[in-house]
Amino acid sequence: MSQAATATTPLPATARRGGNIGDIIFEWACKGSGLLVLVLLGAIIVELFIAGLPAFRAFGLQFIWSTEWDPVREVFGAGVSIYGTIVTAILAIAFAVPLAFGVAFYLTELAPTWLRGPVGTAIELLAAVPSIIYGMWGFFVIAPAFAAHLQPWIIDNFGELPLVGFLFQGAPFGTGIFTAAFILAIMILPFIAATMRDVFLQVPPVYKESAYGLGATTWEVMKGVVLPYTRVSVVGGVMLGLGRALGETMAVTFVIGNANRISTSIFGPGNTIASLIALEFGESETGSLKLSSLLALGFILFVLSFIVLATSRYLLRSRLKA
Amino acid sequence: MSISLTAGAVPGPRKDPEVAAALGRRRKRTNTIIRALCVGATLIGLAFLASILITLTYRGFEAMSVRVFTNVTAPPGSEGGLLNAIVGSLIQASLGTAIGTPIGMLVGTYLAEYAKGSKFGNLVRFVSDILLSAPSILVGLFVYQILVLPFGGFSGWAGVVALAIIVIPVVVRTTEDMLTLIPNTLREAVIGLGSPKWKMIVLICWKSAMSGIITGILLAVARVAGETAPLLFTSLGNNAWSTNLSAPMASLPVTIYSMAGSPFEDWIALAWAGALLITLSVLALNVLARSVLRTRK
Repeated sequence: MSQAATATTPLPATARRGGNIGDIIFEWACKGSGLLVLVLLGAIIVELFIAGLPAFRAFGLQFIWSTEWDPVREVFGAGVSIYGTIVTAILAIAFAVPLAFGVAFYLTELAPTWLRGPVGTAIELLAAVPSIIYGMWGFFVIAPAFAAHLQPWIIDNFGELPLVGFLFQGAPFGTGIFTAAFILAIMILPFIAATMRDVFLQVPPVYKESAYGLGATTWEVMKGVVLPYTRVSVVGGVMLGLGRALGETMAVTFVIGNANRISTSIFGPGNTIASLIALEFGESETGSLKLSSLLALGFILFVLSFIVLATSRYLLRSRLKA
Repeated sequence: MSISLTAGAVPGPRKDPEVAAALGRRRKRTNTIIRALCVGATLIGLAFLASILITLTYRGFEAMSVRVFTNVTAPPGSEGGLLNAIVGSLIQASLGTAIGTPIGMLVGTYLAEYAKGSKFGNLVRFVSDILLSAPSILVGLFVYQILVLPFGGFSGWAGVVALAIIVIPVVVRTTEDMLTLIPNTLREAVIGLGSPKWKMIVLICWKSAMSGIITGILLAVARVAGETAPLLFTSLGNNAWSTNLSAPMASLPVTIYSMAGSPFEDWIALAWAGALLITLSVLALNVLARSVLRTRK
């Protein structure tokens, strides 16, 4: 009895203690890194807020909707760029969602199996193309094409419509809100399409088969079974795209026209929070009210994207669990 | 017997064969139209990719020459290249990845191996996902505030830190996803042999998930290689040859940005050459990352 006890106790004890120390260090390294990520996000919010504080102090809440941006008189307002950010992002969603749905439908139900991999990869590669490349492509290829063909045609045919005609009037510059939204739509298309494809694939085959067994067509199965089953996650995917569109910088800076005014026409120039920051940052002196206003804009952008992305993640939670 | 049964069992109004046929035709027509639209949507998506690649190839190869790789950026009209930008990008992207990857791996490991279902773990996962999609320009502003302002100016290090912050959530995502794919029986077998948990994770779990983790790292490199916005306010750019990380440092995307926005023909041409380089490397990294993952399956 006692022999066995003396023989066995020392060995495992030392072995376990050695393992314990390693375990404790490793677990704390992991936990500490997790904490670092939390601190990072918190620090970004706090730093942007503190840096924007002089602007918030100087202009008060009015900063958010004031449309003035006058570096000479040192009067700054976020109204125009917030408007531009939201309008371009929503227009981009309007362009991208039907396309993304088409792509996801094609990739899950229509495409022959051997084609699904390559086509899916190609669409996902759209997400990998750097933002600045979209900017150059938009500025040198899309904007001239729009100015020469698409915009004059739309202005001629829809500019005279009652009630909504004013949206399509103006000169066809090529650059502007419409082109920016178009480029954004292509950039967020792969994110929305990939989410939709993934959630469509999660529908239990039995549901679809029973609908097919009743004689439903492919579209009827999509409309009556797949979409109702995945509705929440689809909206989550759209919100993810929206969150991406809000903060996109370089591509928008190239094509939006960069004017600090709210145009009634969707072809008019404008700016977004991100494009304004990218353009004006270099011309702002350290410690100036302008720099503070730009950082305050950054804070507003962060709050906007945080709300949208958090909503998206909440809606996609069922997919995350699976 | 059976015929009369089925005929009599159909409830509701009597079927008019013509109405039924018309309905059938309409349903089929709707189906065909929508299928065609979906194929069209996919073709449009592919056409965008093709248009970008064709434009880049056409304009990029036109401007490509040896001096792009041998000369540093120079004023317009004086035979400049992109050497300093290429080297600056390589340095910043690799250092950023080198700093961000270990942190990202540890966080991913924490989420997969320690924090299953815990509140703190869920919070970390949530925050990491937000960081993954948050506007990268804000990371630039943040690093400007904490590193550029207090330490007296733009520097390569600030750019490296900004890129590292972008790398972390990408690596977290793939590491966690890959670790959760490992069957628990493997973990139990290792623990059953008397191994401490950290050895199980490092020697067994990381090793089995290695191809997935490498995929994540490659994707992270591809992501930061093309990032422009966070570098504008951190490493700023530099027109001279410099490998000093404490001074402003050139990078390919920022150089392309300033050149493409200029009115000079030869600068715009150089910008296209740089754009081709950057896109080819980013797309190659993506395809490589995918193939690494596929060979495992």
